[in-house]
Amino acid sequence: MANEKFAYAPAPESRAVVDLAPSYGLFIDGEFAEAADGTVFKTVSPSSEEVLAEVARAGEADVDRAVKAARKAFQSWGALPGAERGKYLFRIARILQERSRELAVLESLDNGKPIRETRDVDLPLVAAHFFYYAGWADKLSYAGYGPDPRPLGVAGQVIPWNFPLLMLAWKIAPALAAGNTVVLKPAETTPLSALFFADVCRQAGLPRGVVNILTGYGDAGAALVAHPDVDKVAFTGSTGVGRAIARSVAGTRKKVTLELGGKAANIVFDDAPIDQAVEGIVNGIFFNQGHVCCAGSRLLVQESVQEEVLDALKRRMSTLRVGDPLDKNTDIGAINSAEQLARITSLAEAGEAEGAERWAPACELPSSGYWFAPTLFTGVTQAHRIAREEIFGPVLSVLTFRTPAEAVEKANNTPYGLSAGIWTEKGSRILSMANKLRAGVVWANTFNKFDPTSPFGGYKESGYGREGGRHGLEGYLAGAADPTSEHASEKESATNEGV
Amino acid sequence: MSSVVPAYGPDAPGRLAGLADVTASDAALRRFLHGLPGVDAVGLEARAAGLGTRSIKTTAKAYAIDLAISMIDLTTLEGSDTHGKVRALCAKGRRPDPTDPGTPHVAAICVYPDMVAVAREALGDGSGISVASVATAFPAGRVALPVKLADTADAVAAGADEIDMVIDRGAFLSGRYMEVFEEIRAVKQACARPGGGSAAHLKVIFENGELSTYDNIRRCSWLAMLAGADFIKTSTGKVAVNATPANTLLMLEAVRDFRDAVGVQVGVKPAGGIRTSKDAIKYLVMVNETLGDDWLSPDWFRFGASSLLNDLLMQRQKLSTGRYSGPDYVTVD
Amino acid sequence: MKVSEQSRLAVFKTYKLYVGGKFPRSESGRVYEVTDSKGGHWLANAPLSSRKDARDAVVAARKAVPGWSGATAYNRGQVLYRVAEMLEGRREQFTREVADAEGLSKSKAAAVVDAAVDRWVWYAGWTDKIAQVVGGANPVAGPFFNLSTPEPTGVVAVLAPQDSSLLGLVSVLAPVIATGNAAVVVAAERAPLPALSFGEVLATSDVPAGVVNILSGRTAELSAPLASHQDVNALDLTGAPAELAAELEASAADTLKRVRRPSPAAEDWTRDPGTSRLTAWLETKTVWHPIGV
Repeated sequence: MANEKFAYAPAPESRAVVDLAPSYGLFIDGEFAEAADGTVFKTVSPSSEEVLAEVARAGEADVDRAVKAARKAFQSWGALPGAERGKYLFRIARILQERSRELAVLESLDNGKPIRETRDVDLPLVAAHFFYYAGWADKLSYAGYGPDPRPLGVAGQVIPWNFPLLMLAWKIAPALAAGNTVVLKPAETTPLSALFFADVCRQAGLPRGVVNILTGYGDAGAALVAHPDVDKVAFTGSTGVGRAIARSVAGTRKKVTLELGGKAANIVFDDAPIDQAVEGIVNGIFFNQGHVCCAGSRLLVQESVQEEVLDALKRRMSTLRVGDPLDKNTDIGAINSAEQLARITSLAEAGEAEGAERWAPACELPSSGYWFAPTLFTGVTQAHRIAREEIFGPVLSVLTFRTPAEAVEKANNTPYGLSAGIWTEKGSRILSMANKLRAGVVWANTFNKFDPTSPFGGYKESGYGREGGRHGLEGYLAGAADPTSEHASEKESATNEGV
Repeated sequence: MSSVVPAYGPDAPGRLAGLADVTASDAALRRFLHGLPGVDAVGLEARAAGLGTRSIKTTAKAYAIDLAISMIDLTTLEGSDTHGKVRALCAKGRRPDPTDPGTPHVAAICVYPDMVAVAREALGDGSGISVASVATAFPAGRVALPVKLADTADAVAAGADEIDMVIDRGAFLSGRYMEVFEEIRAVKQACARPGGGSAAHLKVIFENGELSTYDNIRRCSWLAMLAGADFIKTSTGKVAVNATPANTLLMLEAVRDFRDAVGVQVGVKPAGGIRTSKDAIKYLVMVNETLGDDWLSPDWFRFGASSLLNDLLMQRQKLSTGRYSGPDYVTVD
Repeated sequence: MKVSEQSRLAVFKTYKLYVGGKFPRSESGRVYEVTDSKGGHWLANAPLSSRKDARDAVVAARKAVPGWSGATAYNRGQVLYRVAEMLEGRREQFTREVADAEGLSKSKAAAVVDAAVDRWVWYAGWTDKIAQVVGGANPVAGPFFNLSTPEPTGVVAVLAPQDSSLLGLVSVLAPVIATGNAAVVVAAERAPLPALSFGEVLATSDVPAGVVNILSGRTAELSAPLASHQDVNALDLTGAPAELAAELEASAADTLKRVRRPSPAAEDWTRDPGTSRLTAWLETKTVWHPIGV
């Protein structure tokens, strides 16, 4: 709808809360340092293409140095009483809360996502995640992983650009709570919030080497994963890279957690609460510009309400505000990179070429930066590429079904299995559908909800292992009954002798 | 649907007649109301809260404040009301800010039936401000139908332009939908102007706090609109839960869907508990993003409020002077 | 008694595969000689399964998944207990086969069979408890009901341990099916006979056809197609030597199978099994629903 009477004036969040340095080094052993070979790269704001800072680009030598620092720090960190580790994590949680506005603005700048989301979703969840795992640090023997669970050692963690700080929290908080030390590599397009997190660690007085941050590209991530002195690998990102990591650790004793792609079905039955379902569809695919592995990118709508739902959806999409990520009224920000924009554009073109009908509301996109209007495709079948491949952008594919059985069949007809949505007012149908959907997270009459207590992770090619909740500890602990643990605890006791 | 007609226009009854089968019997009406899509409470409240985070600044804020002032049904509904109090309220409604004649006047003065004539006289002709009267034994409504009708007719005869009736919540909660429907129809009849002239507009108050569930509020919205309501109104202001962003959003969705389905446009009036400019702007954002331009006028959206006006005036002064205003700089009556 | 036994010509058993509830020969028509652990004394010919046999077994397992994973945990527990009952009834046969296969004395072999029976009883009791132990409500910070429950991952390919032809086999197989998965088991290469006979126990134990499929043959030959198979969800490498295990794990990476690596040290099959073999084949599903009126 064209709202002309009540036009919202610009409401920009101030950038002044963020003090950006012109350049940043790697954070190794408690200090910032240039890369061994002196290489740097630029990080830009995707909404303006403005260069925000120059960042050191880690290479193999830096990976080795960081892993050594983490190994050294593990000797004392792993031996520290859980209660003391917990107190460090509580400190971090509190400092993150104090600095949340600064970090939210920084994240919006570097990532392109709207301040409304970094302020109301990312940062509160980041702090909550540290607060939650802080409490586990001295209660690990009650977590159900044996009477005396031990840390694994050094965790090598590689995270994506879609939720830079939140993914960092998902990785670092459980790792530290369990007594591991970490080397974390943020994505090359969003290195800044991890470097600011290094400063949070400094303020918290975290011992040096417990957290090491290596900014860089895929080669640094690959070197980290392959490093022989890494005991645990945690990765969030594409299924393609996930496969390569799984191959790279084959035959080692490294424990692995992979949180990969998805192509979630969001299933709307004819007895759904329609207005809330429309909100759920919008939140499912347009939250964070659709850069969400668990996005509800396939809308499965029952044929009897297809027209009603699509009309309401289009009406709602017309009210979405695309633009400046730092404007407090922006619903959809910038696409994270030119590369990602090209991928979205090409898949959308494939959708048209394969005969699906494309629709987007009239919306003006800024002239600089990377932008893609919220888009939906109707007349999509399971055979279309846009129904099978993860687009990772604000593009919704609409398919229809007639019966619950058909909905289940179509929903599960994908190698992915990360998430799914169900919309119906009938309780027994929800439970039946939830049982049959092959997905790690099922949202019924809601979508894209996250909580530190709630395990998250996929079935099938969406990866393995869980992050969040009690389950999230498993990937960082060596349980007594697990054969992979015997090796790790031997190593751990060996290092303890050195203390 | 060829075109949209206003609920209080001459074509609306014809449109409603098209849905006669729905209201043909108690059973038919029940089936229809219970066939409306359900409401997920958490999702509805989350959407309302989300819209509440919109940041309305500078020019948008100035527009919203003036719009909000122009939408106020400036209300006094106390047992202690006097002619003097009502006259003062009318004066305030006509010139809310004596220091700035550019300030818009309010939409209506809302009083008990026995004060209608006083308000009518105080406002005079050509003020552009309506006299609204609560009726039907407001707020409980617990009297016999003939008394409710007499109450209504009396207020209309005294010059009320708008009637705010209360539904029989007891009948609604016990499932006697047809009884509620017929009663609204009867009150609508009683809104006719004796001796010709345009009928008083009918606002139907649900008392959302007593309806208790969002499903009930959606059903009640449709029931009232089918019965000929010109406005649907959240509450009397006399119970614990009055207008909330969520229950108002739900009613906005109902009038939107009703217009899509029937072609009749109905207004919405949240009442009770809206005291600050910030609150009022949140409601206007909901109207803007749920219904759009068509409802952004006092013809289609009202605030039932008393203290809200002064807060809007203080914010208005702040915008024009750049400094914060205080309660001594707005009039208290 | 002894005289008549000696004078009577024994009836040899033709050992066959157990696939989809039936006892087929290898489609390849191949067999290989199985000898006892000591002197190379011929015991029987075992089917030398082919890649196609492995594929057929996966098809049978996949077909069994909906029914078995959808069965109530109580029902699965009773079926597993029935396996224990059937095995108990054939103690003597298995004592003889295990003694031959592993070179054990009759009394030691009997103890192994008893332990195998008891292991089925242990896992029979787990079917309706594991969800309570590893699942539960998550106290999220909002008006949502949030519950995590374990679910079977699907089809699990199991390389049975090479060193323990019956107890080892049972120890790796029982947790797979206790949790509602279907299994394709590659029996110990040099000692497959107890495993093949065990198919007969399963066939008479109310275990639905296809829930367990048992192949004999070359571990390396059979495990390769299973590791790369796109319709296999998980891989237990317990019976794979280190080098093969690394290759198979790399191959399984293409389909992101859940992989349990072999233990670096020899496993003690008599010790408390713990729950890690149950949880290895479980996915955690977390369901959210708003709480409102």
